Amino acid sequence: MSLPKPVMRGLLAKRLRFHLPIAFTLSIVAALMFKYSVTEPRKKAYADFYKQYDSVKEYNRMREAGIFESVRPSGE
Amino acid sequence: MLRLTAGRAGSLLARRATAAVTTSGARMSSHGQEVTETVDMSKPMYWDRLDTPLPDRPFKEDLTAADKSLKQKEKGPWGQLTKEEKIALYRLMFCQTYTEMKQPSSEWKTVLGGIFIFLGLTGLVVWWQALYVYPPAPRTFDHEWQAKQLKRMLDMKINPIEGFAAKWDYEKGQWK
Repeated sequence: MSLPKPVMRGLLAKRLRFHLPIAFTLSIVAALMFKYSVTEPRKKAYADFYKQYDSVKEYNRMREAGIFESVRPSGE
Repeated sequence: MLRLTAGRAGSLLARRATAAVTTSGARMSSHGQEVTETVDMSKPMYWDRLDTPLPDRPFKEDLTAADKSLKQKEKGPWGQLTKEEKIALYRLMFCQTYTEMKQPSSEWKTVLGGIFIFLGLTGLVVWWQALYVYPPAPRTFDHEWQAKQLKRMLDMKINPIEGFAAKWDYEKGQWK
């Protein structure tokens, strides 16, 4: 009935040695995935939109549609 | 004589209270054993629980002469106890075995049924409310108004890059 003495110390250190590298890698991977699947496409979408954007033309279109209260469509 | 003093009124009330108690006492005795058993929680209690295996007291405390002789035999070497004696000793100490405690019951059917009944009743109440309690909806809920609102949002180009107006095809006049 003489069992070997169980490990009493260093249990947290042992767990951290195993889990910390995994945790850090997974976090970095998650961040990279978010960057390249969300933020880069979003930046590109905004850049493309504003490359072809004519603000005066848009303003006139909106004015004719009658959404402004300060300036009515040119017909009235 | 015409005005009751506080003391006299108090004694009258007391007499009325005792009269009520005695009549209810008479009523109780005519009913028989309808009074629920009270547990004295200041003494060690017995329980059958999966998570707390050893109760504070044995199950059977008032032992018959046979039980007492069995308990005496238990004080000796246990190898001399027969299988039935060991089981009898277990049943003296505990009411239910773990297997008996773990037996599934049909309680979940009652619970689920009760839940659905009350959900149904609540549904009826809500329906009645919608019919008789709610005021008329605001004009912004009309289909016409909502269509005009949608057109205005598209004219304003709400979120034209990734959101609302980005999904509308302005040349064809339809959703992408």
